Amino acid sequence: MPLLKRREFFLGSIILGLVIAIGFRAPVFVTPESLLNIITDTSFLFMLALAQMIVILTRGIDLSVAANLAMAGMLTALASRAMPEMPIVLIILLSTLYGLALGIVNGALIAALGIPPIVVTLGTLAVYRGLIFVVAGGQWLTSDDMTPQFLAFPKATLLGISSLVWIAAFVIAGFWFFLNETRTGRALYAVGGNPVAARYCGIDLAPQQLLVYSIAGSVSGLCGYLWVSRYGIAYVDIAQGYELTIIAACVIGGVSIAGGVGTVSGTLLGALFLGIVVNALPVINVSPFWQTAISGAIILAAVIVNARAERKTGKLILPEARLLAGASK
Amino acid sequence: MSGPSRYDVADRAPRTLIDFMLRWETILIGLLIAVVIGNTIISPYFLDIYNLSDATFNFSEKAIIALGMTLLILVRDIDLSVAAIIALASLAMGLAADAGAGTGLLIPIGLGVGAICGAFNGLLVARIGLPSIVVTIGTMSLFRGLAQVILGDQAITKYPAAFQTLGQGYLIKWPPIPYSFALFLVLAAIFTFVLHKTAFGRKLFAMGNNPIAAQFSGIPVNRIRFWLFVLTGLLAGVAAILLTARIGSTRPNIALGWELEVITAVILGGVSIAGGAGTIPGVVLAVFILGLATFGLSLVNVPGIVISVLLGLLLIVSIAMPIVVRRLLKGKPVV
Repeated sequence: MPLLKRREFFLGSIILGLVIAIGFRAPVFVTPESLLNIITDTSFLFMLALAQMIVILTRGIDLSVAANLAMAGMLTALASRAMPEMPIVLIILLSTLYGLALGIVNGALIAALGIPPIVVTLGTLAVYRGLIFVVAGGQWLTSDDMTPQFLAFPKATLLGISSLVWIAAFVIAGFWFFLNETRTGRALYAVGGNPVAARYCGIDLAPQQLLVYSIAGSVSGLCGYLWVSRYGIAYVDIAQGYELTIIAACVIGGVSIAGGVGTVSGTLLGALFLGIVVNALPVINVSPFWQTAISGAIILAAVIVNARAERKTGKLILPEARLLAGASK
Repeated sequence: MSGPSRYDVADRAPRTLIDFMLRWETILIGLLIAVVIGNTIISPYFLDIYNLSDATFNFSEKAIIALGMTLLILVRDIDLSVAAIIALASLAMGLAADAGAGTGLLIPIGLGVGAICGAFNGLLVARIGLPSIVVTIGTMSLFRGLAQVILGDQAITKYPAAFQTLGQGYLIKWPPIPYSFALFLVLAAIFTFVLHKTAFGRKLFAMGNNPIAAQFSGIPVNRIRFWLFVLTGLLAGVAAILLTARIGSTRPNIALGWELEVITAVILGGVSIAGGAGTIPGVVLAVFILGLATFGLSLVNVPGIVISVLLGLLLIVSIAMPIVVRRLLKGKPVV
């Protein structure tokens, strides 16, 4: 597809235009430090949106990611309090494994029992959230409960760039390689685009489902430690409702909720777009109360634009069939 | 995944005892009995007519929205914005009450805002042809966000006493039946009749099972989808009236997270998330199970967050169990 017609180019231009426009109102916004700050702030969204994207590629959805993040973060904070000597590498690994375990629960229920993903993750969303209260006995863990090295990691920098961004960069590279260069990654597009055809090609849905929910869980778990240590607090409600922001980033980035369509670069741009809007509002003196309403309007605009782009593709014979193809998604 | 599941539309009445036992409504009745017995054992205050009538206040509003949501999910749509519609409708009523509007004006305002929000969803989904899950994630942020913008961190608490009676009063004194619960029962009866006894109801099942075939059979698929969104918005408006009147205040976080509770009730009620299967009596049973379980557990001081863990488990286990049992009965491997 020519570069100028690609969605990524379109979205990228909008983001550039937005940054320039905000820069005119508030020049401080476009300084390198400020822009780097936004990237750092948006690191969580980059990673979690990519994890959600591979789930949506298989026609699924994971509503439990934010609850998983909060749960893994709490468990890791508790473990670190019990064993203050634990090295940082082990803490990160532990958090990822907690997330993986929760992700496998989702994947097993979906892949082995064939329960619809939205049903399973709606249930586990409530369960994981509530279990945070149970495992922590209702207490909040604040920075006083965490060791200095536990808290220091997300604030550490290498070459002037925060460790959060480095980790996000590795995760992004991993996703890019997985989706574009591995057989399993390409298979995700196949099962999402046409599960029946994929099956006839020897690609079974169930193992792919187990895989994507496990990956989504692991990334949520990783973000769990990073979130808790960055903000210095772990309690029941952290990242409450963040699953919808994550899905919004995917939708803005051109991931089709009907499955099989989505790119790493598009999703990253979608996340960046939301990150810029959230960070720009206070800079241009708009009340933060506007944030929710504006993201809602952006999601609607994005889905309308996406639908127009999708409608042009594919050959459909009857005009009625075209209308219905759009409607039944 | 072959063989009958709870989502299959039966072509004949269940013949064997096992068929009957595994019917979804039978399982729900069993669950409801278990909840009632369990609650009676753990708390002596559960089986008290006044306590039970109090309990209905907490689930009637969600139950009313669940009726509309059932029809939407039945035709393969979903509305995640219902709780945000409540916030916006409640805000509109609050502003009107501040300006001195009486109960007679507040009710149409609540209903009107609900219906307009629903029409907005319906327009985007049925007319423009966008996926409803994405549209209503967007309008959920939009509606709730508008309420936040206008309210800020304030609350509106000046409601006329007559209006508050709607949410707190009783239709009949003995047995004590609140207005909200009575309204739910009447609406549930109407929905049951329309969905299961009229041609319109059969059309909804046809749309859910195969929208393209339904369209070519002469069913105005997109027009019906539009009106179902309006209906669900209207019911959210009804819930907004009852809730605002009950708690006598409007805050930006009013009814936060209700959309998930409503959808949980609909799914537990046996409505297929893939569309085309489900019953209103099933959803009504699920509403009672969830409402009474919540009430019973809170009687013995279980924290709300722990109750939500149990309800989440209930949702997953009650859907997973019949699948596992069926595989065991057929001698197939469980996983």
